[in-house]
Amino acid sequence: MKRTLAVDLGAGLVLPTPVLIASGCGGTGRELTGLVDLKKVGGLVSRSITLEARKGAPPPRIAETPSGTVWTTGLQNPGIAAFVDGELPRLARAGAPVIVSVAGGSLEEYVRLIGALQTRPEIAAIELHLSAPDEELHRDVLGEHVDRTGEVVGAVARMSLVPVFAKLPIAASELPELARTAVRAGAHGLTIGGPPAALGVQTSTLRPALGAVTGWMSGPALRPLTLRAVFEVARVVPEAPILAVGGIRTAEDAVEMLLAGASAVQVGTAVLVDPTAPVEIARGIAGYLKEKGLMAPLDLRARLRVPAGFREVEEP
Amino acid sequence: MKRVRGEVLSTRKLGAYHQLTVVAPEIAEKARPGQFVAAQMPEGREFLLRRQLAIHEASRRGGWAGTLEFVVDPAGPGSTWLAAARAHSFLDLIGPLGKGFAHPRRLTNCLLVAERHGAATLYFLAQELLAAGKRVDMVVGAETLDRVLKPIEAKRLSQTVSIMTADGSLGDRGTVLDALPEAADRSKAQVVYAAGPASTLERVAAFCRERALPAQVALEERMGCGFGICHTCVVPVARKDGSGYDNLRACVDGPVFNPARVLWDRWLGERPTMLPTPPEGLPVVRSWPG
Repeated sequence: MKRTLAVDLGAGLVLPTPVLIASGCGGTGRELTGLVDLKKVGGLVSRSITLEARKGAPPPRIAETPSGTVWTTGLQNPGIAAFVDGELPRLARAGAPVIVSVAGGSLEEYVRLIGALQTRPEIAAIELHLSAPDEELHRDVLGEHVDRTGEVVGAVARMSLVPVFAKLPIAASELPELARTAVRAGAHGLTIGGPPAALGVQTSTLRPALGAVTGWMSGPALRPLTLRAVFEVARVVPEAPILAVGGIRTAEDAVEMLLAGASAVQVGTAVLVDPTAPVEIARGIAGYLKEKGLMAPLDLRARLRVPAGFREVEEP
Repeated sequence: MKRVRGEVLSTRKLGAYHQLTVVAPEIAEKARPGQFVAAQMPEGREFLLRRQLAIHEASRRGGWAGTLEFVVDPAGPGSTWLAAARAHSFLDLIGPLGKGFAHPRRLTNCLLVAERHGAATLYFLAQELLAAGKRVDMVVGAETLDRVLKPIEAKRLSQTVSIMTADGSLGDRGTVLDALPEAADRSKAQVVYAAGPASTLERVAAFCRERALPAQVALEERMGCGFGICHTCVVPVARKDGSGYDNLRACVDGPVFNPARVLWDRWLGERPTMLPTPPEGLPVVRSWPG
């Protein structure tokens, strides 16, 4: 057998490497040309697309924090129709498998979004951004609630012709239950996960650092939180492939995520700093596999040596 | 746009600023006034994001061919690290980035308004304008004389120049805005170019609107990447057809914009740039990332 970086996530979804570009960090199909060879990237998750065009959050939208950033774009995007016409074909031509991230405020919006994508052959998978407000039930984050997560994932999974990954907020108090619910409802896999909400403060002006006041945390500071979330989720839904995202910057970071239970990783903030990061991380994983005498990234999956008798998982 | 590993040839202190000369022929060859580069920060530090540096000069010929000049204001951890760069160290640069200044062919009298190190990008523009046979006049200012960038260079590049400092330590006491009406008359300005803090540019824009002068301004908005992928450095800009506005990325659609189309109130409305009580003279503006 030959050593490979390819990752078979099931349902016909095979990624050339286990390192993808996270949603919102891959541009619109033009920007990374000349900076990274996207054919060597495991996949590219689009920015999150909504039904209608959105202008997004008021600036400033980003502030640096220790080993990270606080940011929000407020889901700026051209809307699903314009995305399908222009951005999607460009992203697909760039050469990496395209995973489309969609964000809705209601069940109907998710259903209509998937409807608009159903016939598109360029799409390798769909990722559900579930961190937007729930406009029907007037909740801050739709995907923090088990009832709605099950409902939305269920409807989308029944409609979609490609595998669906539910991106669950890592800060959700019921994360394991959300994961079980999403997988039972038909999610092929999970993206772990949606970043925690965060606040930046500018003491010189007595004002929040972001125009939208609160945003999301990103960057290496986040990694231990992501690791723990991946670990917990992998224990309750061992059959579902997990895409880990949040704080991965190096090959070692990625290997940590695989050991904790992820099947592949997504990198975001690292791409802003170094557009070749996804390629370099994949190369580093290959080196690690060789060193350990392993044949494929999935050989690392959930191989973390947890002491016997560690907290048993209770079935509900 | 290229990503290069550029050797720092030399650094020198210029008042409160530092000037860096970096060998980057692939970028220097293409660089235009108004464009910038994104410089990677060192490994193993808690400040991660690339820093955006306006191109102060790009030499294509002569003994300095293939070099870029930057002016750094050491205001935060990243710019302080850059300012301390040593000769023969290397910087990872992506550039040239953004859309530069355009100059209308018909108009010949150009007034350049620069506050603080905004002058870095405008001196580069002045050279290009002079080469194109335009008349260049300048208004250059800052809080104090150590923050007025190369006043002698300003004199060399322009027919007339007004130098303004808030404390009167160099030139006249006041702000560039105080000198603007007289400078526009004196130079018979037909077009205005400006760079500096947003609050100043907003008022330059208002002046140009009043006088019906075409203008271009180089804006600064906080950037995550500098090359268009993160959609954080947006500026609200009115559509040409009047059908509303778009949040345009300063890094790929700017940083140079037509100030008449920038929705300044929407952009700067609740923006944390000014101190609640500005000290005497100029409002203190923190450029970011520092």
